[in-house]
Amino acid sequence: MAIADLTPNAADRAPAPPRGSVIARAPRQRTTAWPLVDRVAYALCWAVGVGLCLIALAIVLFMFFKGIAYLRPHLFVESPAPSAVQSQSGGFLDPVVGTLIVAMLGIAIAMPVGVALGTWLAEYGRPAWLARAVESVIEIIAGAPSVVLALFGLLIFSQGYLGFLSQTAASGGVFGRSFFAAGAVMAVLALPLVVASTREGLTRLPDRLREASYALGRTPATTVRRVLLPAIRPDIATGGVLGLGRIIGDTAIITILLGTFLDLEKVGSVPVLGTLRGTGSTLTSYIFSNSPAGEGNAPGKAYAAAFLLLMIVLILNGIVTWLTNRDGQSDGGGLSRALRLLPLWSRLTWR
Amino acid sequence: MPPPVRRIAVDRDPYVAPPRPAGNGAVPASSVATRLRTARTSSVHARERMRVESLWLAYGDNWVVRDVTLPVRQGEVLAMIGASGSGKTTLLRSLNRLTEITAGAARSGSITLDGQDIHGFEVNDLRRRVTMVFQQPNPFPMSIFDNVAYALSERPGRGGRRRRRSTAIEEAVTDALHRAGLYDEVAGDLERSALRLSGGQQQRLCIARALAAEPEVLLLDEPCSALDPISTATIEELIVELRESVAIVIVTHNLQQAFRVADHVAFMHLGELVEYGTSEQIFDRPTVERTREYISGAFG
Amino acid sequence: MDRHPLTAAPSRGPSRTRRWATGRTDQRVERTLGALAVTVLILIGAMLVTVFVKAWPSFSHNGLSWFGPGGDVDSQLRAMQEVKALPGHSIYYFRGWPLIWGTLLTTVSAVLIALVVSTLAAVFLTEFAPSAVRRTLDPVIRLLAGVPSVIYGLIGILVLVPFINNHLISESRRASVGYVVQLNGADVMTATLILTVMILPIMVAISANALAAVPAAWREGSLALGVNRWRTIWRVSLQTARPAIVAATVLATARALGEAVMLAMVAGGRGFAPNLLDGLTALFEPVRPLAATIFQNSEGLTIAALAHTIYAIGAVLLVSAAMLSLAGWAAKQRFKRYGVRA
Repeated sequence: MAIADLTPNAADRAPAPPRGSVIARAPRQRTTAWPLVDRVAYALCWAVGVGLCLIALAIVLFMFFKGIAYLRPHLFVESPAPSAVQSQSGGFLDPVVGTLIVAMLGIAIAMPVGVALGTWLAEYGRPAWLARAVESVIEIIAGAPSVVLALFGLLIFSQGYLGFLSQTAASGGVFGRSFFAAGAVMAVLALPLVVASTREGLTRLPDRLREASYALGRTPATTVRRVLLPAIRPDIATGGVLGLGRIIGDTAIITILLGTFLDLEKVGSVPVLGTLRGTGSTLTSYIFSNSPAGEGNAPGKAYAAAFLLLMIVLILNGIVTWLTNRDGQSDGGGLSRALRLLPLWSRLTWR
Repeated sequence: MPPPVRRIAVDRDPYVAPPRPAGNGAVPASSVATRLRTARTSSVHARERMRVESLWLAYGDNWVVRDVTLPVRQGEVLAMIGASGSGKTTLLRSLNRLTEITAGAARSGSITLDGQDIHGFEVNDLRRRVTMVFQQPNPFPMSIFDNVAYALSERPGRGGRRRRRSTAIEEAVTDALHRAGLYDEVAGDLERSALRLSGGQQQRLCIARALAAEPEVLLLDEPCSALDPISTATIEELIVELRESVAIVIVTHNLQQAFRVADHVAFMHLGELVEYGTSEQIFDRPTVERTREYISGAFG
Repeated sequence: MDRHPLTAAPSRGPSRTRRWATGRTDQRVERTLGALAVTVLILIGAMLVTVFVKAWPSFSHNGLSWFGPGGDVDSQLRAMQEVKALPGHSIYYFRGWPLIWGTLLTTVSAVLIALVVSTLAAVFLTEFAPSAVRRTLDPVIRLLAGVPSVIYGLIGILVLVPFINNHLISESRRASVGYVVQLNGADVMTATLILTVMILPIMVAISANALAAVPAAWREGSLALGVNRWRTIWRVSLQTARPAIVAATVLATARALGEAVMLAMVAGGRGFAPNLLDGLTALFEPVRPLAATIFQNSEGLTIAALAHTIYAIGAVLLVSAAMLSLAGWAAKQRFKRYGVRA
């Protein structure tokens, strides 16, 4: 029975239904015969859906247009300077620099600690009570409001022996507010995300990877370093980017731990250390200050800064999407990875 | 060099021997086969319930079912056999308009239930009268009772609350479980999660669920392909018992199963209905060459 | 030096493959990581303990009536700031009920509204929406979920507050409560609205994902039984998605509880307890939830009494967040009964 025999002759088959016969495509959803309750629910769903679309589009377009209206190149290069004619005076150079500094500090501390903790929890985790305790503590931090974390930070950095991390007043009182302080607390903010993503990544790796490595004579430590961690690089990166997003969007910690002056104030004369010991602002506190709720009342600058912040969030979102959809790895598809990390990504929204 | 493919030279009508399993199962299979055969031969003449006329079905631009005409009768079991891709599952799904949930499906021709075009019905009414059991058992994540009562509470006029269970619903559920042959096994605790049952039990639960709404036509899409022989035998007995009250259409890959349960057999190949006839005629004396080839296992 | 995993004695502990080797380097690594874990645990544990320790004086001076009503919260806080006790009370005198009431009002209303709206929206997205709409809405919702709260606050204070002030608060309404409080558009309603919009995207996203993950076999099976699409969703898909929806609600509530900046901008900034007996006017009365109070008083942390009170508020927030996680976990356990994967 040759394969050719299985396929019928083209001439023998009727190619299509005869002309003129009805060809009905699948009819659209008809709800006329549904019970009333169901029809009401259906209408509600549509109403809510359309409303959601409209609100979402309204917000996005509003911020876009307001931002474009007020965004000027000079804003990027000038430091904040209050004046009567607010459209001319100053820009948000310092806040942008401040955002960068805080973000880099926070991530620089959170990533290594987070990856190490996550690895320990997933690969070792002995004794069990210690692992549970660490897990609970991480959960608590993840759920704690950022104001409370800021209070922690202030408490710690106001101690006398940590005065070198910020400035000490003549009377001996430690100011407690500096980029170091803010960065450290931001690291605590981002820590749960990095830990969770590392853990998830490691637990999803199939055991056969580890077995293969042991069979070649490697110890668990080397396996982790050489095989497992490289395998979950996208997960770690995603956790890092999520943490970054959370850091960049936070205002409360900045306002409490970075002082209320909008420009960078150095402490001492050492170049980098001086800035880090000093105070400043970030885009978020800049926006807050320039809104009617803050001191200055410069809505235009606030809109411009908000636009910049939104662009950064957009880019970060894009990076997360790219990372979660890139599937060179063996297990799962991009979608399953995205679905797995969705609970983490949802924590991006905690402020 | 790959091993040579054995070609079966077909130069005479093949004789299809009735299946004689090794007889080491708990259910003596030979008695099942004879019971089924005797039950089958005593079936009275059947009443036509559905009719498929010149049906064409397409997904997108690809015509999957081409110009098929078939009757579906109550009192008998219609088996649709054929290789994969022959369109038999699509044809089955079109009988209760399940093809419509796929975007881009098109059809031409008519399908009627008791003389009325099914596309004139409200689709949910139709699906209550023509229900379907799928290949993989798919019980809902609820208790056994709620699974079987699921379609019942959809009937207008009946309450669907879990606490407030009317005796009517309880009776209907017990009745359906009896008809599906599952009652004795689960009567102990009907509140158990349905997902804890074994594969065969889950499939019988799905059949009970379909029967609870008292359908007029029951469509079965390879119901036993995922099951062990004992569950298969139980379900095949069930099918033969049900055919008096419900018209049954079963799609199956398993020629022996078709032989055991079917009264009429429709053989489809690449979307076309190649041959339709009684099961004796198809299995013993197929008229079309293609049917003969398929029955004898030349392809599949 | 490193012993071969096959010849090394299996170490005690769970018998996963990875626990085999007990080489010295390996032990060192494990010990280091373990030490790090202990350090982090101690640090954060110390922080938690310190917050409660610092909060204690405020609780001990006020007892349980810390949570009760009694006087104007703002004047109490001001008294602490000026280090001049209110007549007849100690410097620690604090009655936090208006703050708690404000938090409850805004958070609970926002979460309830968002729950209903997000479920309906998620059903719309997964079931009824045309695919073009779904494709555009997905990234938009993710963007909105990531928008910092200060931007929501900005929109609120620059757009919504003036709108409500000018159009929704009539003069008669203003006069009716004028003797107690000034209405200016920054109030419970604005706060709840913006809070809802803020927590909606994440709830919609999680619910929509959960609904889409319901096995197609269940959906098809239900449709094949003649159950219409809405009922199928209601009885099968939503039931299956319940754990995820609960998780989303817990997440959203935690976010709403901890929201300080946005609420400081639009909720009115006054520690006022809206009087429900005022009827609809109660919606237009200002509030200041707990987190916003901390935020607005963060300057005064050098003053002892004020610091203790602020830490006390922080402690209340921490405990609420912890109880919330617990409640969410307990709710998920309930759903495991019928084999629905959480």
